[in-house]
Amino acid sequence: MLKFPKTLSIVFCLSLCATPVFAGKLNLGREATKAEIKAWDIDVRPDGQGLPEGKGTVEKGEQVFAEQCAACHGDFGEGVDRWPVLAGGLGTIKSEDPVKTVGSYWPYASTVFDYIYRAMPFGNAQSLSPDEVYAVTAYILYLNEIVAEDFELSKKNFTSIKMPNEKNFFADPRPDTPSRSKKKPCMKNCKKEVKITKRARIINVTPEEDKKTAAKE
Amino acid sequence: MTTKLNTPELSRRALLKSAAAGGVTLAASATVTAGATTAAQALEKETKENPITTKQDWNQVLGDGVDANPYGKPSEYEKNVIRRSVPWLTASPESSINFTPLHELDGIITPNGLCFERHHAGIAEVDPTEHRLMINGLVDKPLVFTMEDLKRFPRTNKIYFLECAANSGMEWRGAQLNGCQFTHGMIHCVNYTGVLLKDILAEAGLKTNAKWLMPEGADASGMNRSVPIEKALKDCMVAFKMNGEALRPEQGYPLRLVIPGWEGNMWVKWLRRIEVGDMPWHAREETSKYTDLMENGKARRFTWEMDCKSIITNPSPQAPITHGKGHTVLTGLAWSGRGTIDRVDITLDGGKNWQKARIDGPSLDKALHRFYFEFEWDGRPLLLQSRAIDSTGYVQPTKDELREVRGTNSIYHNNGIQTWHVNGKGEAENVEIS
Repeated sequence: MLKFPKTLSIVFCLSLCATPVFAGKLNLGREATKAEIKAWDIDVRPDGQGLPEGKGTVEKGEQVFAEQCAACHGDFGEGVDRWPVLAGGLGTIKSEDPVKTVGSYWPYASTVFDYIYRAMPFGNAQSLSPDEVYAVTAYILYLNEIVAEDFELSKKNFTSIKMPNEKNFFADPRPDTPSRSKKKPCMKNCKKEVKITKRARIINVTPEEDKKTAAKE
Repeated sequence: MTTKLNTPELSRRALLKSAAAGGVTLAASATVTAGATTAAQALEKETKENPITTKQDWNQVLGDGVDANPYGKPSEYEKNVIRRSVPWLTASPESSINFTPLHELDGIITPNGLCFERHHAGIAEVDPTEHRLMINGLVDKPLVFTMEDLKRFPRTNKIYFLECAANSGMEWRGAQLNGCQFTHGMIHCVNYTGVLLKDILAEAGLKTNAKWLMPEGADASGMNRSVPIEKALKDCMVAFKMNGEALRPEQGYPLRLVIPGWEGNMWVKWLRRIEVGDMPWHAREETSKYTDLMENGKARRFTWEMDCKSIITNPSPQAPITHGKGHTVLTGLAWSGRGTIDRVDITLDGGKNWQKARIDGPSLDKALHRFYFEFEWDGRPLLLQSRAIDSTGYVQPTKDELREVRGTNSIYHNNGIQTWHVNGKGEAENVEIS
């Protein structure tokens, strides 16, 4: 008895309410052409999806790196000024001063390829050919002692590269501090004594201009 | 220029009168601090440059007519209200960050010109007529949209905060930068106008194995991130307006992704493509960066929601108390990437005792909340903290509570309680306490 009118009202609403507002297809936009997709679809995943045809040796990579990358990253990926350090840092990740490099931290080699292919060299992005990107990636892997000096990286052997730190990544487990239901926030007489333990003024790294602003009245 | 009507006689009379009536106040004030302006001195100054008895230019002469500033700009007296950067933080200004001047703002909306900037390859200056959004990958039909096409989808308006995952990142190891602009200014909150991402995806038709999206920017960093499909279909937007006007170039003009409550890096600016896939991409900004390194060498990834957090914006190091003791307005901001703010507690004594602050203005999902706490300041030093609790019951932790779980190498997602020490002169400093 009850089911019938309910079904009726749903049908009624679908036809009269939903359809005129938004049917799912508004016929907006147009189909992307194959050439357009090819021009923009440059992303590369850890399983190798998206890798372009090509190959490059460590030796070739060293040349390209010296010309295109070393000004910021240093000849051996050691980093110039505050530009990113790309190599080394093994064994530092648990220390007080971790050096997060491709070798010591990055979980996937595909990330190196994807990032160089889309964003490097800084200020002249997407100027390297796929072969050059394979070569530079190979060189960076070599600097991190992941491949040998005579290695040639290619679309074919790419997914055989395993990064040493991959196993150390895990999914976000938050919340990792107690919620109200587990620990009621204290409101009265929560501490007996309070002492200042750290002060920003002693470190004195706040930009100068701002101190002038703070002093204004 | 008009003549200032300063009468020495008036000044003397006013001063004498005040000294006679306020002898007690004068003595009490003098004992507070040597640097504080006494009530009598303040009155003398006020009388000499009296804004009531002195005629001002703006009382007499004509101001600019309409169209003097066809777009409009703030008063010249507000010239300190600007974004600021910390040059030593990054290698170049093109891949850098600046900070919202939270201590100069009120309410919950950030003005467009003050929203902090974070670019990875400078500001892309995109011609909107040349801009396209492509949807490809695991869809029935890959599509291309012009800006005009996108504006023909049903529009929606939402107020959301955007916080960089690195906000307060410099404070993981201890109090470092002296000002809430620098410690907490990688956040803004604006009203977005745009269309729901799910409507755009429906046009292309998602395949049954569509599990992840990869939004990508049109700038020279080609910013890309992986977004799970559940979030995309729940509340993500593709926005073209902020606070009623077109997005600013530095915020992704003409199109940006809006991922409510989640870390700012994912809100891809200059959005030009969304690829649909069956697994995440593990792009640079979700592996090498924006992952939280624990003490044991393991690292958390896909740390998306920005947890509940709050900050007292006034008083703060850049905004000291200048009026001396007496009635004082404390204010600040609270937010949560998991909902609304239920409550904000304030302590004046470093956490010995707490009182509830007053939340004023709209309380919207994943938006900034404004709180106030009015009190009588007796002129003694204060240790100020705010503690927010969100609609899920999550309590903003102390910095030490976070360090206990995560160590000090984490950099990102620092939502610990901030402490300001206010001295007897009303000057504030970024400190940590036991």
